[in-house]
Parts: sequence; structure tokens; C-alpha cells
Amino acid sequence: MALKTELVTLNMGPHHPSTHGVFRMRVTLDGEMVVEMEPMFGYLHRGLEKLAEGRTYTQIIPFTDRLDYVSSMAGNFAYCAAVEKLAGVEVPERAEYIRVIICELQRMINHLIAVGFFINDLGALQTPLQYMWREREKIVDLFEMQSGQRFLYNYMRIGGVSHDLAPEFIPALEKFLDDFIGYYSEFEDLLKGNEIIQARTIGTGVISAEQAIDYAMSGPCLRATGVDWDLRRDDTYSIYDRFDFDVIVGQNGDNWDRYRVRMGEIMQSHRIIKQALEQLKELPPGPIKADLPNLLRPPAGDVYAAIEAPKGEMGFYLVSDGSIAPYRWHCRAPDFVNLCALREMVVGGMIADLIVTFGSIDICLASVDR
Amino acid sequence: MILKALAGTEVAPKIEQKLSGSIVESNETCMVVKKESISGVMRFLKESPDFNFNYINNITAVDNYDHFEVVYNLTSLAKKHSLCVKARIPGRDNPEIPSVTSVWKGADFQEREVYDLMGIRFTDHPNLKRIALWDGFEGHPLRKDFL
Repeated sequence: MALKTELVTLNMGPHHPSTHGVFRMRVTLDGEMVVEMEPMFGYLHRGLEKLAEGRTYTQIIPFTDRLDYVSSMAGNFAYCAAVEKLAGVEVPERAEYIRVIICELQRMINHLIAVGFFINDLGALQTPLQYMWREREKIVDLFEMQSGQRFLYNYMRIGGVSHDLAPEFIPALEKFLDDFIGYYSEFEDLLKGNEIIQARTIGTGVISAEQAIDYAMSGPCLRATGVDWDLRRDDTYSIYDRFDFDVIVGQNGDNWDRYRVRMGEIMQSHRIIKQALEQLKELPPGPIKADLPNLLRPPAGDVYAAIEAPKGEMGFYLVSDGSIAPYRWHCRAPDFVNLCALREMVVGGMIADLIVTFGSIDICLASVDR
Repeated sequence: MILKALAGTEVAPKIEQKLSGSIVESNETCMVVKKESISGVMRFLKESPDFNFNYINNITAVDNYDHFEVVYNLTSLAKKHSLCVKARIPGRDNPEIPSVTSVWKGADFQEREVYDLMGIRFTDHPNLKRIALWDGFEGHPLRKDFL
């Protein structure tokens, strides 16, 4: 006897523990198989692009904290670098080193949280996450020494950074870096060989390299498919050409590779910070901010500048009309564009894998919705 | 090797050879394409082995009162060069431009965002709906006359 079956439409979110914010998916299911998936978002849309048009270039910096709040410093950096390119500002060398150290620490935070929550989505509730969270806490303490904030730092300025390194920062950072190696192998021992994690992630949420490029994915999601592309190396900005680091790439573009790429990048960031710290120590004291007027008026024109933020290519398109406020301010958010490929990755798979795949893209709704 | 930003003046003559009359103007930083030929030019830029722009970084739009300007930033991951392409849409009523989603799938959400916030319709887009705001929302906030 033929069983009568029908498709079920399931509304996941906007309030769902696995959606990392307010994100909604309308999923059509055939049993446990996903036949169709439509992402819906915008619940956190604050109109930052419109608001920025009424503010001076410096006043916009706090907005960039609120784009991707898990990696605020990268938002600061991307925006300041774009304005510097637009206005032709030369950044002092010391400030470049501070920026690189801070941004790589931020990448470590972002990837620790991304992996922690990813494992959380897999069903290993809280325990691995707490290990990651503990290390994040130490980096947040370092950021607090620098900026006075534990979150939403508002630390960078156009042409430099707001404060020089605090005297206690370098010893604390060195201690953290030394201790971290042991903790990192602890994460690897705990998670890498876990049979359940491997069974759930290897071969799920697959996207090919061609598709990933076509969908304009960036960051760890693109590299997990085997595409060797990192703006730090391929479009060297700031002083990244002075450091020796590897671009971590995966092979299959599945959830496992995305997890492995992130873990690998944490250690590469660790390498970069160590080198930057050594080079910074040999640098004579100097200015940490370019000498700029308080009300910056970049010459009329437009610019697109991007950096390799932890989640991918974070770019800013700015149009100046020569006044104190940008005429147009647009942010290319990496997770917003990466989300485009989610449908391709989940349709045809199981509903339980949908949660995992979604977690593996690593999105922050504040920067998706802006 | 470092990503090289191609000048519009460098690319425009090669496009004119293939698709004559499609370029409005070109300068050091960008190339302005006639809006009707945008998808043809983009397909050529992607498929021609000289350019091979297989990656669309960014799509956005600017309201210049008498015309809208749609801005595309392209990169070739293999050739390691980038290009800025623009298209102008005159007038303020019902601005339209062909979609490039058939060239790069990554254009999907970004075009929907431009449609939502700037009110530019992308013809042939498979799913042109508002993305950040809700369906009943009146107006397009990023236009200069919205507020």
C-alpha cells in the first residue's frame, strides 16, 4: 500500500536558539529532507547606512563596532582603512603594528566563538563553548586595557588608533600567547578526534569551489572549498607583507573543513601577533595617529576598500562630496553575502544538518541586517 | 603578488571591440557602461580569458538626484586584478536596470538590498523582494529625498 505523504512547511526562527540572533528560515520539508529553504532577515535593520550620511567621518566609527559586534575591531579597521584610502592619509608605522596585533587578536576571538557555537549547534551543549569562552575572556581583558571597553571598543581612529599600548599590555599579551598554545592543543584533543563531530560534519553542507566563487563567498567559507584567497596576502593592506603566515585552505567545502580552517587560522593569527610584537619592540617610540584636522574633509570622489575580516571580505564603498560627512556610506558585509549560498548548501540535506551548516557559515545578524 | 586595480581606460577599448556602443565613458578609476548593455558587458568581463572576472565583490547604488548610479566592484581571483564598473540610470521614477544574477549568483542578495533601500528594479532578477524592510514599507530610505 502506497503511503500518502505531503510536504511540510516549517518556520524556523526568528527566535530560535540556533539562529545566532534574529534570523528566520522558511523550510519546506519532505520528511526530514530539506526541499526548499528561504532565508528571511532584516529584524535588526537599523538603517546605519542612512544614519551615517548625517555624521562626520569620525562620528561613524562607533557604527562600525555595531556592524559585526563579535569582531568590532575588524569593522573599525575596515572603515578607517577605507577613509584613509579616500583621503590619502599616511598611517604611522607604530599604529599599523598596534592595528595588526589588535585585529589578529580579534580574529582569534571571532574564530573561537564561531567554533564554540558551531559545536554548540552540533548538540555538544555549552561545554566546548565554555573552553573557548574562557580564552576569549582573556583577550577581551587585553582589549579593555587598550580601549576601556570589553565590547564595542571604538578604538581605532582615522589615521591611527586612539591610545598607545598600555604599559601592562605587552607583558599580559605575551603571557596569553604562551599559555594559549597549551589551551589550543586542549581544544584539539577535545574536539578534533570526536567521532560524533566527524560524523555530523564530514560531507554535510558541501559547496564546491566554483559555486563558492560564483556566490561571492569570502573568508574561511571560501577557503574551506580549496580556494587559496586571502586579502591579507593577495591584496596586502596595512603591513601584512612583513609577516610570515600560511593561508589555511580546506578541500571539500563541507562543515568539517570550515571548522578546520577556522582552527588553523587561530594559530596563524597567533604567529602573526608574535612576529608583530617582536618587530614592534624594536620600533622607536613615535606617533600613533596621523596629524589630521578634527573635521576631516576628504576630496570629492569615491573608493572601495576591503580587508580580510574574520568572517570574510569586509569592504566599504564611500562617496565623498568634499564635505565633513560622507555622501554615501555602504558596507559590504561578509556574512550577508556568504548567506546567499546557504540555500545551495542545505537543499537536499537533512534538517538537522541545516542547523549545523547555518552555524558553520558564522554570521552575525547585526552586520547582515545593518 | 598584489591585486592590481585595472584602469577603466585600459578595459574599455577591448569591450568596445566586442560590444560596440556599450561604454559611456571611462577613466582611471572606473568604467561607465550603458545600463541596457550591463549584463552583456558583465558576461563578457567574466567569460573573456583576458579579464576572467569571476568574483563580484560588491554591488551598491548612489542617488545623485538627477540620476542613480549602480556600482559594481569585480575581482578576478585567478588573474589577480580588480575593476570598478558603473551604470547610470537617468530620472527618478521607476528606475530599472538588467540584473547580473545570471552572471554571478552572488549578486542575488546585494541586488535585493539595492532594490529595497534605493528602489532600483533589477529586471530578470529571480526573486526581487524587499530584504531588510517589510513588504508594506513605503519609500526607499537611502534615496536622498526620503528624509
